[in-house]
Amino acid sequence: MSCEQNQELINAYVDGELDLVHSLDLERHLRDCQACSKSHAGLLALRAAVQGVYQEAPADLQKHVVSALRKDQKSEARTIAVPWRSVAFASSIALLVLLSWGAYRILSGPSSDEMLAHEVVSSHIRSLMSDHLTDVPSSDQHTVKPWFNGKLDFSPPVIDLDDHDFTLVGGRLDYVSDRPVAALVYQRRMHMVNLFIWPSTDKSSDADQVSTFQGYNTVYWKQSDMNCWAVSDLNMDELREFTKLLKTRSSR
Amino acid sequence: MFKRRKNRGDEAVPDRGKREEFEASVLPHLGAAYNLARWLTRNDHDAQDVVQESCLRAYKFFGGFRGGDGRFWFLTIVRNTCYTWIQQNRPRELVDSLDAAANVQSDAPGPEAEFIKSADRNLVTKALEELPLEFREILVLREMEGMSYKEISDISGIPMGTVMSRLARARKRLQESLTLKSVMETK
Repeated sequence: MSCEQNQELINAYVDGELDLVHSLDLERHLRDCQACSKSHAGLLALRAAVQGVYQEAPADLQKHVVSALRKDQKSEARTIAVPWRSVAFASSIALLVLLSWGAYRILSGPSSDEMLAHEVVSSHIRSLMSDHLTDVPSSDQHTVKPWFNGKLDFSPPVIDLDDHDFTLVGGRLDYVSDRPVAALVYQRRMHMVNLFIWPSTDKSSDADQVSTFQGYNTVYWKQSDMNCWAVSDLNMDELREFTKLLKTRSSR
Repeated sequence: MFKRRKNRGDEAVPDRGKREEFEASVLPHLGAAYNLARWLTRNDHDAQDVVQESCLRAYKFFGGFRGGDGRFWFLTIVRNTCYTWIQQNRPRELVDSLDAAANVQSDAPGPEAEFIKSADRNLVTKALEELPLEFREILVLREMEGMSYKEISDISGIPMGTVMSRLARARKRLQESLTLKSVMETK
């Protein structure tokens, strides 16, 4: 037994995560090896030290939380319980909202799409940064697709493009546009592509929208009532190729 | 007058039931929530805000809670709310954390247990606060909340193997930092 390799075992032992056979082996070793028994004692002492700096919540936190909850609930109840008599008032508000939404669309152009593009680019970057690219690492579409069952309220299309040099790396749950979404990860050479999918609420079909943020290219399109966003550092031509392939495959 | 009061009462009953159930499953874990938020945000005021925000979120999602471990369910929400907060307020930390965490090399044995035991609370607090985010997080979840590797893997979305190695590195780093700090203090 090499003592350097033992470090992780000792950690797992201290955490009660080591199986019986290894535990017994290690206990025997700890009796004989001074260095390892020292690091074992060190880990226990460290645990005690960390537990010693537990941060107690302020006494009035619960009070604040409960009153925030009640306030939140009241404002919710108020918005739900619209009195019958104010139907006329409500419809005038609706008209106003509609008008200002129209004005907003005219004045601000595609800014909500821009924001969404920002959001998916951030998700893409985060997925590469935080060592959390996939929840289900698999190149098999028949493994990735069923993995989403029970995790989302829709089943995303998972399409194999390996023959065109876009290798499926896996799938992941993500959160975009205030809802859980499916993220499928593909790879071409050293470039990762994140494909975000979630059901679309409006039925209109727009043309593909492309944009570039912080050096990442995004393509947005709609296919079989799903919003699809592809994000990658791949050049735009190849990313368009990717989206075109997905569209032709899924319509087959 | 009577009619009106009756109506109001009828409306409030299901809501009150839901809220009572929610308060019973979540409020007992406010302490754990605060501790986690306090270590992730490193600040009392922000931790309180995050806990409050987490409660409101949790209340919204409470319909999706299928019973079981309320503490784990709630802490997952607190953890995610913390990350959203960090992303909005300290985005650099997410990047720094990654760089710093890659930087643990030494395989040398840690300091003596006696030495760690003698370190005072302020020193430990400071050393823990200065750790990169993901080390702080994993130490709080494991050492303070006693979560299993599986639970840590679920809550932070990393594979079990990564949990093991990250935890070992986090402990190593904390030990080193404690040693360094107390040496500097005695000088």
